[in-house]
Amino acid sequence: MKHTIKELEDIASQVRRDIVRMVHGCQSGHPGGSLGCADFFTALYFEVLNYNKDFNMDGVGEDLFFLSNGHISPVWYSTLAHSGFFDKSELATFRKLDSRLQGHPTTHEGLPGIRIASGSLGQGMSVAIGAALTKRLNGDKSYVFTLHGDGELQEGQNWEAAMFAPFHELDTLICTVDYNGQQIDGPTKKVLNLDSLQAKFEAFGWHVINTDGNDMQAIVEGLHYAKTLTGKGKPILNLMSTQMGAGVDYMMGSHKWHGTAPNDEQLATALAQLPETLGDY
Amino acid sequence: MKKYTYTEKKDTRSGFGAGLHEAGKKNENVVALCADLVGSLKMDAFIKDFPERFTQVGIAEANMIGIAAGMTIGGKIPFTGTFANFSTGRVYDQIRQSVAYSNKNVKICASHAGLTLGEDGATHQILEDIGLMKMLPGMVVINPCDYNQTKAATLAIAEYEGPVYLRFGRPVIPVFTDPDQKFEIGKAWMVNEGTDVTIIATGHMVWKAIEAGEKLAELGIDAEIINIHTIKPLDDEAILKSVKKTGCVVTCEEHNKFGGLGESVARLLTTELPTPQEFVATNDTFGESGTPDQLMSKYGLDAVNIVEAVQKVIARKKA
Repeated sequence: MKHTIKELEDIASQVRRDIVRMVHGCQSGHPGGSLGCADFFTALYFEVLNYNKDFNMDGVGEDLFFLSNGHISPVWYSTLAHSGFFDKSELATFRKLDSRLQGHPTTHEGLPGIRIASGSLGQGMSVAIGAALTKRLNGDKSYVFTLHGDGELQEGQNWEAAMFAPFHELDTLICTVDYNGQQIDGPTKKVLNLDSLQAKFEAFGWHVINTDGNDMQAIVEGLHYAKTLTGKGKPILNLMSTQMGAGVDYMMGSHKWHGTAPNDEQLATALAQLPETLGDY
Repeated sequence: MKKYTYTEKKDTRSGFGAGLHEAGKKNENVVALCADLVGSLKMDAFIKDFPERFTQVGIAEANMIGIAAGMTIGGKIPFTGTFANFSTGRVYDQIRQSVAYSNKNVKICASHAGLTLGEDGATHQILEDIGLMKMLPGMVVINPCDYNQTKAATLAIAEYEGPVYLRFGRPVIPVFTDPDQKFEIGKAWMVNEGTDVTIIATGHMVWKAIEAGEKLAELGIDAEIINIHTIKPLDDEAILKSVKKTGCVVTCEEHNKFGGLGESVARLLTTELPTPQEFVATNDTFGESGTPDQLMSKYGLDAVNIVEAVQKVIARKKA
């Protein structure tokens, strides 16, 4: 371990403060999924991912990460800033004119840490497969990680990709699904039931694991365990249970905070629940 | 009228296949992907010599475009291959976000474009692809005119850094360009110098324009013929220079007149040099089943249609 669990939890708390402040600052964005994935991003960037802080698009010899559900950009931007990819003061520009921190992540403005645009859903798994194929051709053994929303799996392209990866034995690929059961119009069970994602992905030929995405110890161990499963002919799918809005009580467990910004009072309530640990931007 | 002859007819898709094979020999980073149409795309030679650099994606074009975008990360130069319809309309959002907006070095190579796909009919005969692709910021759009030019274009785009749409076709047509030509992206080719009218043609319509030029010469009309193989970026300079001389223009393309080469030329001329223009193109219609020759005739894409358009535009110039 590079950090203690307590240290990682403190970082995640700061990331959550950043998320609510960023979304409040521009009165738009997606706090719910961002908060739910703060522990995952912290574990990934501070404990699991092998990367170079001097960002290079090709990432040869580095682990790569692709965010397919680009609307949870605040959690990624905050994590990237605290990981040293750019100064945290830039977080204040989120969703504002002339910012590199676009509403959805993009390479277009040259923000370090980002290798593909995402936002229109369902495209990230294919991109990650391509990156993994190139690593294979280059004899590069490093890993390719992704994150997808669960509602996002309603997009058909995911299933084209899900069929491809096991057939080509892409066993350096570790895909995580943010299994929070919520999407914009309501619970996934009511909008379009995903049913058993475990059975679906296993039927496609993936090695499926289940983790608790809001328990730091569990998510760190889960991602390390996922790495031990690589190299065995199957891609890995991490079904990660989270609560949308995790860390801010009034946002938790509801789709209502998928894409809504808090007002001044709601921001104060949220920040009171999240101790400042690394210093606000 | 400069004399053009040919000794053989070949399909432009075979020019792509030959170019891809040669590009693969020149640069080990060139990789190819296909969505279950390797025979139609003439990828066999590449696959035979570089099996590990070829990815069969299956009938999943959206996945193919995403994979190609991802493969650029780490330095590969992916060439995707399928029919033009499935290369563009089917996967527009994947191209827009993962390739164009992300500025990935993907070469989208599209066969069976236009009416000359023939008997399969309108579901497969895309006549809107040039418009779709030229609308994307940063996308290069190329539609070569014969086997040799398609091969040269394929080699050229392998050397170019950035997203490219390369459009070619199914039928065998005369091979009339130089086998050793140097293909310059965005640079027009002067097919014939003339003074009375500028005929601007792309793709399969270039040979038709040459046939029309010969008929026009018999009628005493001295046509300048320019091949615009690169629709974007357009060679503004070559077009303006010619039109300043001739004072009228006919554009020829196997594509809907809405959104094609003709509109790109009209946009240029409207802003820089307002000029009478006629369009030889399909007119806001889908195609249908038939032989390529029957379809080109029925939808007004023959040499005779170019001759008529020239006579009309010259009359407008004089009026």
